[in-house]
Amino acid sequence: MKSNPGRNWSVVCFALAAVVLVPIFSVTWSLGQDSEGVWGHLAETVLGKYISNTLLLAIGVGCGTLLIGVLTAWLVTAFSFPAVGFFRWALLLPLAIPGYLMAYAMTDLLQFSGPAQTWLREATGWSRGDYWFPEVRSLQGAVFILVLCLYPYVYLAASTGFLSLSASVIEASRTLGVSSWGRFWRVVLPLARPSIFAGLALVVMETMADFGAVDYCAVDTFSTGIYRTWMGRGSLVAAAQLSTCLLGAVGLLYLLESRFRRSAKFHHATQRTQPPAPVRLEGARAWAAFIACAAPVLGGFLLPVVRFLQLTVEGGDARSRELFLELGGNSALVAGITAVVAVACGLLLAQLLRTMPTSLNRFTVRVAGLGYAIPGGVIAIGVLGPLWWIEAGVNDVANGVFSWSPGLFLSGTVFAVLFGYQVRFLAIPLNVIGAGFERIRSTVDDAARTLGASRLRLLLGVHVPLLRGSLFCAGLLVFVDVLKELPATLILRPFNFDTLAVRVYQLASDERLSEASTGALAIILVGLVPVVLLTRILRSAHTVSTVPGRDRGKS
Amino acid sequence: MTPAPAIQLENVSHSYGDVVAVDQVSLDVSLGEIHCLLGASGSGKSTLLRIIAGLERQREGVVSIDGEVVSDAAGHTEAERRSVGFVLQDYALFPHLTALENVLFGIPDRKTSEARTRAEGLLDDVGLVDRVDSMPHTLSGGEQQRVALARAMARSPRVMLLDEPFSSLDAQLRAGVRETTLRILREAGVATVMVTHDPAEALSCGDRVSILRGGKMIQTGSPEAIYHQPSGREAAETFGVINRLGGERKGDRIRTSIGEVELSTQDPDHPDTILLRPEQLILVASEEGGCRIDRIFPEGSTTLYLVQTAEDERLYVRMLSTETLPADSPVAVRLR
Repeated sequence: MKSNPGRNWSVVCFALAAVVLVPIFSVTWSLGQDSEGVWGHLAETVLGKYISNTLLLAIGVGCGTLLIGVLTAWLVTAFSFPAVGFFRWALLLPLAIPGYLMAYAMTDLLQFSGPAQTWLREATGWSRGDYWFPEVRSLQGAVFILVLCLYPYVYLAASTGFLSLSASVIEASRTLGVSSWGRFWRVVLPLARPSIFAGLALVVMETMADFGAVDYCAVDTFSTGIYRTWMGRGSLVAAAQLSTCLLGAVGLLYLLESRFRRSAKFHHATQRTQPPAPVRLEGARAWAAFIACAAPVLGGFLLPVVRFLQLTVEGGDARSRELFLELGGNSALVAGITAVVAVACGLLLAQLLRTMPTSLNRFTVRVAGLGYAIPGGVIAIGVLGPLWWIEAGVNDVANGVFSWSPGLFLSGTVFAVLFGYQVRFLAIPLNVIGAGFERIRSTVDDAARTLGASRLRLLLGVHVPLLRGSLFCAGLLVFVDVLKELPATLILRPFNFDTLAVRVYQLASDERLSEASTGALAIILVGLVPVVLLTRILRSAHTVSTVPGRDRGKS
Repeated sequence: MTPAPAIQLENVSHSYGDVVAVDQVSLDVSLGEIHCLLGASGSGKSTLLRIIAGLERQREGVVSIDGEVVSDAAGHTEAERRSVGFVLQDYALFPHLTALENVLFGIPDRKTSEARTRAEGLLDDVGLVDRVDSMPHTLSGGEQQRVALARAMARSPRVMLLDEPFSSLDAQLRAGVRETTLRILREAGVATVMVTHDPAEALSCGDRVSILRGGKMIQTGSPEAIYHQPSGREAAETFGVINRLGGERKGDRIRTSIGEVELSTQDPDHPDTILLRPEQLILVASEEGGCRIDRIFPEGSTTLYLVQTAEDERLYVRMLSTETLPADSPVAVRLR
């Protein structure tokens, strides 16, 4: 008889999950360290600016995404008007464009020499100084840009919330004589509020984590501050101390978000319900709804893509195609390795939780999923310290024993980048595979075990084949997110190791946007893949709402 | 020396948090015996099966299989190391494997041709030789149940556990599948524990029947004994309504409102009360008894009558439906 065979396995899995804790502890540790005056200098000069800019940005982006996301979600769920079926999925398209690419495109489109102002001057005959035009490279500009790329989070959350409302609730309020407008405010919105707030919390988390867009708009936030303090001043301690501030804010949002998500579940605890049938809009109202949905798709996706296409066709990357291939290869390599490792770890952790749902294992899996809330820059800074510490120890020993030192064999190699990605993206496979497991009946596990299957055979012979779709989907999502990732890559990449995202960032920083456009298009194209997956899920939710009685009967 | 029972539970208790699921249950099942655990949902019967299988570890008590302790306070053999076949309630066929591959799953050398022959033989036994390559979702409920049975038999277990094996089958399918299942279990001579919430099924399938209620085993015995000599009111009511008749005791007889009755089916809780099943009574159309038919419950082949006696007692009487009596008609109640 074996006693407690699961204990060792739990410990192994906890060790896997603990990679996520490394940067959290490491940046928090810095609070007790001396930054040799850098922190004091930052506090006197830029810290106030970081705080106010980050706050204003978060509030602005929060309000903007809330307005656009909720409005469009309500329009496409409750009404029918021209092209509503197209808008239901097209409103998600901006998700494919990371903030920094949106910033490059919008700045280019709206700057003095850009197409928008040129057209305005040609049409009116004005010249410089004759008219006022909003400045894109400003706090307002950054808000505008981030609203355009992040509103889909709120849209998605609100749509799911609205779709899960039961028609009977709406109809009950109709029989009570509440008007259409009143129904929205008094019934629909309060019921969908938890899901909407969960989406909003994600938006604010992403806003605080954004580096590329605010950097390009020259808005100093904690994200850019962390980057400059490390890259410019070389003070890891001060950068880590800044990171701790940002981490605290994000941690608060994380707690809020998980609370909202829990209550969202509670609100929709009833069995699958029939959403109400959409109301047909006519005339001016239909056109108003059409424009309200068309504008975010146009600004958030079509215009930037068309502009990048135009720039690519006209100029494109002047450097040779080999360079493009090399960078693409680098990107694909790190993204591929990260995807495979993250999916493998996610699978082990998700299976652990399924087969042994003890409180320790639940805690382990929760920890492993934390990384997605931590901004990439914070992870990068938090990873460097511990890696240096390990390297120093190994070098000391190696020097003493072999009179040879391996140098920066962790922090100076691709390992650091991969480690950082792992921390940030482990949450994706955990969620996707966890959802996949929920669709496999637990009796299948019981059957396998009574048939003598070991844990490994249960995993490889039963779970993996049944989870094929989820595993693929999880890997794909990680792959794409790694390709788009910017701040952690910038900080952790080894010397002379560039990825597509880094190259695009560098070209754009040098105002060589026409060259950057090729890489940007490539990133957007890859980014479309998960959006397509997402639209499928959303579409099936809408289909259920329009085709009654599609539930499969018990066999 | 009598051989050790194939399954032995000694004072097994289990709880989920503060909820007691199984309370001090002891049970012996010998080889070749089919033992039915009868209870409502939440009575702990499924938990008991999971404990025998090793899927759940009991908080207290000892579980032995084939005379060997497989789980006690000192140690626990996991499900995958016990020789126990388990047919789960939803059958839990592996959806990505064919019927044959499902059966092969548990066979140790499943790549060999002998294993294949054996698996095909098992599917043949359950009448599915033409469905070996079918995927589970293309099989009917009855076919899935039989694949699950063949799969559980594949490792030649000494112990077989069945969790509500027929409950999700249509009534007309159920008889056939039950027939096949019982035949195979008897031929294999395994010790079987079958969980059911259907009293009639427990009585017709089990060599012995145990009644579980609130995690406690309230009675164990042969189907006849369980039905006619309930250990108490709870055990009696498991099989539907039962009449309780009080009266004056006279030695081994008791004088009740319907006459003198032998004290064979005495209520253990009340020595002066006897328990009578509705079919032990009979109705006769008569003005003399002072009884009146209050309500009529048609049951198909039989009809249940609720009768109001002159003493204002309420008695249930079950009669064949061929001899119907009109409501409100005056009757006399007799012992059959």
